[in-house]
Amino acid sequence: MKTHVQTEINGEAVECLIDPSTTLLNMLRNDLLLTGTKEGCGSGDCGACSVVMDGELVCACLVLGVEASGAKIETIEGVADKDQLHVIQEKFLEHAALQCGICTPGLIVSTKALLAQNPNPTEEEARYFLAGNLCRCTGYDKIIKAVMDAASVLKEAS
Amino acid sequence: MSEARQFQHIGQRTIRPDGFDKVTGRANYGADFRLPGMIWGKILRSPHAHAKIKKLDVSKAEAHPDVLAVATHQDFPSVNSEAFAAGEAMMDVLDLARNVLADKKVLYHGHAIAAIAATSEAAAAMALNLIEVEYEVLPPVMTIDAALAEDAPLLHEDMMTQGLTEPATTPSNVASRMELKKGDVASGFAEADVIVERTYETPTVHQGYIEPHATVVRYDDKAPSLVWASTQGHFDVRASVSKLLKMKLGQVKVIASEIGGGFGGKTTVYLEPVAMILSKKSGRPVKMIMSREEVFRASGPASASRSHVKIGAKQSGEIVAMEATLHFEAGAFKGSPMGPGCMTIFTPYDVPNLFVEGYDVVVNKAKVAAYRAPGAPQAEFAAEMAMNELAAKLNIDPIDFRLLNAAKEGTQTIYGPKLKEVGLVECLEAARRSPHYQSPVGEGCGRGLAAGFWFNIGGQSSVTLNLNPDGTGTIIEGSPDIGGSRASMQMMAAEVLGIEPNRLNPIVADTETLPYNQTTGGSRTTFATGMAVIEAAEDVVEQLKQRAASLWNVTAEQVDYKNGVVLNLAGDDQMTLAQICASAEKTGGQISGRGNVNARGAGPSFAVHLCDVKVDQETGKTDVVRYTAIQDAGKAIHPSYVEGQFQGGAVQGIGWALNEEYVYNSDGIMENAGFLDYRIPLASDLPEIETIIVEVPNTFHPFGVRGVGETGIVPPLGAVASAVSDAIDRPVTKIPCSPPHVLSMILNQG
Ligand code: FES
Ligand code: FES
Repeated sequence: MKTHVQTEINGEAVECLIDPSTTLLNMLRNDLLLTGTKEGCGSGDCGACSVVMDGELVCACLVLGVEASGAKIETIEGVADKDQLHVIQEKFLEHAALQCGICTPGLIVSTKALLAQNPNPTEEEARYFLAGNLCRCTGYDKIIKAVMDAASVLKEAS
Repeated sequence: MSEARQFQHIGQRTIRPDGFDKVTGRANYGADFRLPGMIWGKILRSPHAHAKIKKLDVSKAEAHPDVLAVATHQDFPSVNSEAFAAGEAMMDVLDLARNVLADKKVLYHGHAIAAIAATSEAAAAMALNLIEVEYEVLPPVMTIDAALAEDAPLLHEDMMTQGLTEPATTPSNVASRMELKKGDVASGFAEADVIVERTYETPTVHQGYIEPHATVVRYDDKAPSLVWASTQGHFDVRASVSKLLKMKLGQVKVIASEIGGGFGGKTTVYLEPVAMILSKKSGRPVKMIMSREEVFRASGPASASRSHVKIGAKQSGEIVAMEATLHFEAGAFKGSPMGPGCMTIFTPYDVPNLFVEGYDVVVNKAKVAAYRAPGAPQAEFAAEMAMNELAAKLNIDPIDFRLLNAAKEGTQTIYGPKLKEVGLVECLEAARRSPHYQSPVGEGCGRGLAAGFWFNIGGQSSVTLNLNPDGTGTIIEGSPDIGGSRASMQMMAAEVLGIEPNRLNPIVADTETLPYNQTTGGSRTTFATGMAVIEAAEDVVEQLKQRAASLWNVTAEQVDYKNGVVLNLAGDDQMTLAQICASAEKTGGQISGRGNVNARGAGPSFAVHLCDVKVDQETGKTDVVRYTAIQDAGKAIHPSYVEGQFQGGAVQGIGWALNEEYVYNSDGIMENAGFLDYRIPLASDLPEIETIIVEVPNTFHPFGVRGVGETGIVPPLGAVASAVSDAIDRPVTKIPCSPPHVLSMILNQG
């Protein structure tokens, strides 16, 4: 038996029919065709599937689709404003903070969550906050530089 | 070419052309693709590390209403043992067929036995339970020692060691032996004042790309079948699928998806041929994705190794002889990177007497795959550890010791050629000058350093450069872009054409659009595909000159091309590239350039890494507190992505040195097949990774490029482990330096 889910994703009301065992990650990717959220492990260990649910950063692979009922979900697809990239996205590009880019959507969503809760992180705080987002390509150096740069630009702007 | 050459675009830090798609989630990776009518495939995997398959009955699965197809090894047309080039290595077709679907025997825990395609992923997974298999369990062979034991169970009853001086008469688990030499080590060691001799070990590790293997395949009888795959080499996926399934190359079209990391691990096939069988049998497109657990259990780890090394030097610091015996695990089928291990181990040094022998050993683990400079990190780790110990015994600074013996232009390598211009000396000098080396070692810390060498390769690349009537264009290349290479292609073409890079959009085309392109591997892409891009751009320049000349009624010799403008040397007319494109219709049709190369002259890249660690004496936990990677790039096209390669390689190497290893239980089952327990480095584990780009141009490349992707993983094993040695004052001979291992070294007084 399928379950009817009504939720809000990036400000848009959406609904779908899913199997009750479907994860939020698979619901996003397979049922709603929002494939920007990635799967690296399916077990909460890599952060590639990071999304924000009701203001909280979660691994979409550890949440059931039905739990999203009535919730507000933010995914990578909602970070840019049409063609206008978010400062975090711009800084990731400027600092070459991605190589293959599979970790990037999760890292950008996590960085946004970090800066929402701590607009002025130290480098160490950034490294610990982002410790749940694995990147195998970059060694994190340029990611952290991008995050710190984005933080300082956003701080100036506010 | 001169070092003072001024570039317009090369050396800038441009925004990568595929960047927007990647930061917005629009880029399509292996698992992001679907086709109408698509169904899902899943694989049944062996619960045993070593067993005979007594019975395999798929009839109940086939009868299930959700199941649309079942595949087993029997579905392969009979293939014979035949070597063919795929990715960075030679592959045996028969081994490949047996690896993707086991035949009669399972050779590792997780070995694929059968596959099912069903209407949903969940239905396919459920239906796997309907397959009946009976095994005769055999004792697993999990280590080099166990494989070499006199009475060792044999993985392959018919495997005779190749490369022995006397042909083997009985089968064994040793697939091959090789030997390389230069001079006479016995007389060399006789001259030595000090000798260090030790045995070093490295564990089985995984490339750890974050994107699991994924594919979508649609078999077609009348038109080319379609393969969408996350791969470093879609042309080699085509070759493998066509060999395994006896299809013509023209019957298979492979599209390379965006790729979420590979590091060598995506240079072979696992799912694609299986999905092709399932699609053919079901008449539907089939999607298959590996779980992370499957990635760990059944896709290419890198060889565990044991290296016995002996190095002798005079009191002056001059090395007189170096000798090594390497054993590399191949996993279930022959073909470890023992060869490149033998070739690279001593190449950083110019030493008169060398001897290296290597053994390729099969064990009941997944077949190894290439991993960034395959074979070199394990082998050079051993050599560099011994080098540091020897430097300490001689009381010579480890950089001075290396400088005294460093390989340079003219050094005769053990594997054949003499080195051309190389940058090891420059890297060592840059290391010595670096703020890191100049700084004191912190309280309770240790410092280590190591050098590293990798050949780099060239090979075949084909590129087409199409111009549009408005002067924009497309660079059509065939090298999957694994770390930003499209940016460097754009910059190289823009440099030749003298236009802004963003007027050219680089794309990675499918196997029908271009002739064969070798796999992205061997650090070849910026070098070889870059040469094809340059050739295509130069072809365009020639055509632009001809078009303008014909409009002006002069000869092509009477025109010149500079900064995107054709100049009439016989008058003062000039036309921009865009103007010529706009009038192309009148001068003979649209303009496109072509570059088809088999690039020779790849320049080796040397590196030197410095590492400071702090070891907690009570727990054995080791933290890297400072790290610097210094490497010769020849010429850095896009410095940020070059630094990124150094940093990424360094951190993978740090993981290898400190934490990463496959842990097996006594049944040969990996106990840590997930990112929680197979712990790759996290942001919070690391300091900044400082970089120094050294540029000793490679004279074989128009802009001086050397490959940079692989060398960076070679030095960290030795740099980190010797820093640990320094911190705990004990010689480390085995990695990873995980807390229990380091603690036991601290507790066992040396
Ligand atoms: S896919 Fe969710 S944490 Fe890895
Ligand atoms: S850029 Fe490849 S995993 Fe982060």
